[in-house]
Amino acid sequence: MTTPGGVRATARIVARGDGRGGTSLPVLEGEGPLALRRTRGSGAEARVMLVGAMSGPLGGDHFTVDARAEQGAGLRVGSAAATLALPGQDKAAARYDVRLSVADGAELHWLPEQLISAHGSDLYVGTRVDLAATARLVLREEQVLGRTGEEPGRLTSRLTVRIAGRCVLDQELACGPGAPGGWDGPAGLAGHRAVGQAVVARPEFAADPPTARMLGQDAAVMPLAGPAALVTAVAPDAQRLRRLLDEALASFV
Amino acid sequence: MSRAALLVLADGRFPAGGHAHSGGAEAAVRAGRITDAPSLEEFCRGRLHTGGAVTAALAAAAALDADPGELDRAADARTPSPALRAAARRLGRQLMRAARATWPHPELDALARRFPKGAHQPVVLGLAARAAGLGPEDAAYCSAYEGVSGPATAVVRLLSLDPFDATAVLARLAPEVDRVVQDAVDVARRAVSEGPDVLPARSAPLLETGAEAHATWPVRLFAS
Repeated sequence: MTTPGGVRATARIVARGDGRGGTSLPVLEGEGPLALRRTRGSGAEARVMLVGAMSGPLGGDHFTVDARAEQGAGLRVGSAAATLALPGQDKAAARYDVRLSVADGAELHWLPEQLISAHGSDLYVGTRVDLAATARLVLREEQVLGRTGEEPGRLTSRLTVRIAGRCVLDQELACGPGAPGGWDGPAGLAGHRAVGQAVVARPEFAADPPTARMLGQDAAVMPLAGPAALVTAVAPDAQRLRRLLDEALASFV
Repeated sequence: MSRAALLVLADGRFPAGGHAHSGGAEAAVRAGRITDAPSLEEFCRGRLHTGGAVTAALAAAAALDADPGELDRAADARTPSPALRAAARRLGRQLMRAARATWPHPELDALARRFPKGAHQPVVLGLAARAAGLGPEDAAYCSAYEGVSGPATAVVRLLSLDPFDATAVLARLAPEVDRVVQDAVDVARRAVSEGPDVLPARSAPLLETGAEAHATWPVRLFAS
């Protein structure tokens, strides 16, 4: 629905073990620009695709995606295309909230396509993940600063992961015009235009944490202070970033 | 409060081990990203507004008597690099030794017992400021300034940069340090009533990956 200043839209996904080794989707509700499609799953896993029915978010919009994997569920969520943050008519900021929760024994793979920050846009993305003690998670987030050859907009992205109520990761990346100084300098992105994070959480990591390692010069696998690991990667472009993150994720299998 | 106590705590010669750390500058020099005074300034500016803003807020919150255990967990969550977590705890342990000898205080003793391997340095710094009779603004200033003066001093050694140029970088950053400290104190007061989730979490990707790369080097001048 349209509200003064922009579009508010919420998509909800609930996945649940069906008791026969599969996963059912009792709730699959898209709204406005956030449409959802169930696609063919494999094995015990249900697959959902976020389909952008129109481009966005534009300035002033507020999108929310709420996905929960309940007990026994295996859920994989992707998106059909990259999300493009664009400027709105009223110069207001846009907001995109992603809330993910995974119950004991459930597994969520959250693997959307890139978020592209177009020139003149202003977007805050808040991703909050709540995992039960024996939940499993694979999450990948990629931020691309500007379309090819374009100056980026302003993008602030905060990623918070809690396991059994305890925060194991809280980090915010702010870039583009108006971001705090030095964001593109030698400590921040140093001219790179693609940056991404991947999080892998597994209960086994409590006893046997993954080892820290580098992937090339500007990407690292880092065990967190909890049963999870973060991959941080910085790359010149989206393709090379994807390769780094997927190479890192493949090494966990 | 005693202004002289602030000078003692902020002094680069205060024996808390900070001189052995470059704040990520050694890795950035090796990667060819710090080559002169202007690139040092951009490095320090980026560090100030990310990790510097986080540690200043943690130090201010500790000085305001927020629960140090909660602050230490918040610091862990905001420090994904295990090399940086280890460095922060090592620096915390060294600062604890110096602070207990300088300003003996039961709160420092309690924190040392609770974290025998060291709490995150800004948490110890905030409690050291309390023990010295200083306030949250003082603790935030020590933390934010140290976060830029450490790399500047290190780059003088790493690149044989003119010390006058390095000091001029710090002087040019001073107004931004003031703003970061004010924000840190404001958010620290909120954290006392609303909990540590409101503390800033700004990160600098190349500081994290650079710290991990640095930790693998067989030979290096600085510990981090």
